[in-house]
Amino acid sequence: MATAQVTTLHDKAGHAASSSPAPDETSDYLRARNVSLAYAGRGNDIVHAIDRVDLSVKRGEFVCLLGPSGCGKTTFLNAVAGFLPISSGELTLRGKPIEKPGPDRAMVFQQPGLLPWRDVLHNVTYGLEMSGKIRGRQAAAHAGALLKLVGLSDFAHSYPHQLSGGMQQRVNLARALAVEPELLLLDEPFASVDAQTREALQVELLGICKRAEVTALFVTHDIGEAVFLADRVCVFTRRPGRIVRDVRVRLPKPRDEARLKPEFLAYVQEVAGVLGSAAAGKANGT
Amino acid sequence: MAIVVTLDSSGTPTRQASSTLARLGQRSERAVLGTAFIVLLFVVWQLVTAFGIEPPILLPSPAGVANAFANLFSSSDIWFDFAASGEELFYGFALAAVVGIIAGLAIGWYPRLGYFFDPFINFLYAVPRVALGPLLIVWLGIGLNSKVALVFLIAVFPVLVNTSSGVRSLDQHLVRVARCFGAGDLKIFRTIALPGSVPFILGGLRLAIGQSLIGVFVAELLGAQHGIGAMIENAGQQFQTDIVFAGLLIFAAAGMVLTAIVRWLERRFDAWRI
Repeated sequence: MATAQVTTLHDKAGHAASSSPAPDETSDYLRARNVSLAYAGRGNDIVHAIDRVDLSVKRGEFVCLLGPSGCGKTTFLNAVAGFLPISSGELTLRGKPIEKPGPDRAMVFQQPGLLPWRDVLHNVTYGLEMSGKIRGRQAAAHAGALLKLVGLSDFAHSYPHQLSGGMQQRVNLARALAVEPELLLLDEPFASVDAQTREALQVELLGICKRAEVTALFVTHDIGEAVFLADRVCVFTRRPGRIVRDVRVRLPKPRDEARLKPEFLAYVQEVAGVLGSAAAGKANGT
Repeated sequence: MAIVVTLDSSGTPTRQASSTLARLGQRSERAVLGTAFIVLLFVVWQLVTAFGIEPPILLPSPAGVANAFANLFSSSDIWFDFAASGEELFYGFALAAVVGIIAGLAIGWYPRLGYFFDPFINFLYAVPRVALGPLLIVWLGIGLNSKVALVFLIAVFPVLVNTSSGVRSLDQHLVRVARCFGAGDLKIFRTIALPGSVPFILGGLRLAIGQSLIGVFVAELLGAQHGIGAMIENAGQQFQTDIVFAGLLIFAAAGMVLTAIVRWLERRFDAWRI
């Protein structure tokens, strides 16, 4: 389902995406095998952030990484983004090792990180300008379409400080989607917005991801959020983080009303149980 | 001035109208009070001179200063003074702005350049730079060059220091976002460091205006044929205090006009600020 959509933008810019092998529906899109990551902390300490993480994600999947604070899930996300080099193991995207950030991935941070001197429209075109994909009027038209997608068409010429936190986060999301990434990396993107806005944004995110046909890796410590969004919830142990359980959430989509269903609650309870024992320090293998 | 927040039937405050009024009130309150002090000062000044508490040779009356203005502008000499001081100010300030901004951006952006130049900059910043005047005259002569050099040396530091600290204080989170989109150093500089330091640069320029005017005055004090500073110096030596006052007012007016221009620029560039 996800083979044709991403090529439009690349082709317009003359970057043929054909160099990569056609993604095989059955093969893993993102694959982590025995990935460990340690970095130098304060003093002479070495921080073992994640320990032998195994994960494979297929195209179009929505995977939530859930775990207690400081368990290394964000570190893992940064490694996938290409910000942090892994210490050992194998981390591949479409079969190729991840070495640095690339236009096939886009990151949505907890802080909106909008440029305060650019209006909303030009914040959305920012990613396009930086990656050099398209620019000028074409970029503006593309950004306009994305603003419509996140429901902010009326605010194209507002400045970030005029928007609420939730709206800023939508702009952030639109900016990430503008570069038409195959893989969307989200690091607790809704943690700093109020509960009501968060639920609305979650519903929107699911719709947007479906329409844009992106694969998503979503870091959160909110069990309800993870179950609501995910096709799979991967539960991390305390640091050094390992994935202790991979829970497949088989709730039908769209899930606008899913929170009210008993199945939803059952998943939340299951995940909470796993998380509870993981947080209690039952880290396997160490 | 009362600030009234009324509630309409639905209970939501109708603040739109009243807060605009309040803001208008606040602004005019500011203007009224600010003007009041100036007026008061003039009245006291006029009274002191009218009752002959101080002789006119020490403190001229406001009318006397106005008269001195009229006399000054009736001869063409004043225009030579304006031209001379204006030239010194313009070249010195422009040079300080250009060099200060470019060097500040470079030093702020490349840490090594900062390590290299910072100790020297701190040293020069600590020296009372007007003390360099005599040296500059020895090196560059008594003409325009030494004066421009002095104005430049005095004015360049606020611009340079402000600009480099503006670049250094760039938002690391924005840099991360940009890197995430594959931006290189040059693009990060152009799209984040540069616009982010504009408020700092303008702040530096605003400080540099006052410093430049000090530079012009001191440079002309050290020896000049023409210039408003030279005019003040000559008038002072001949106890023409009315002309001294006129000169001071000219300096003040120049400073205020130039500062107003920079403030206008700041407002334009700060539209995105709260």
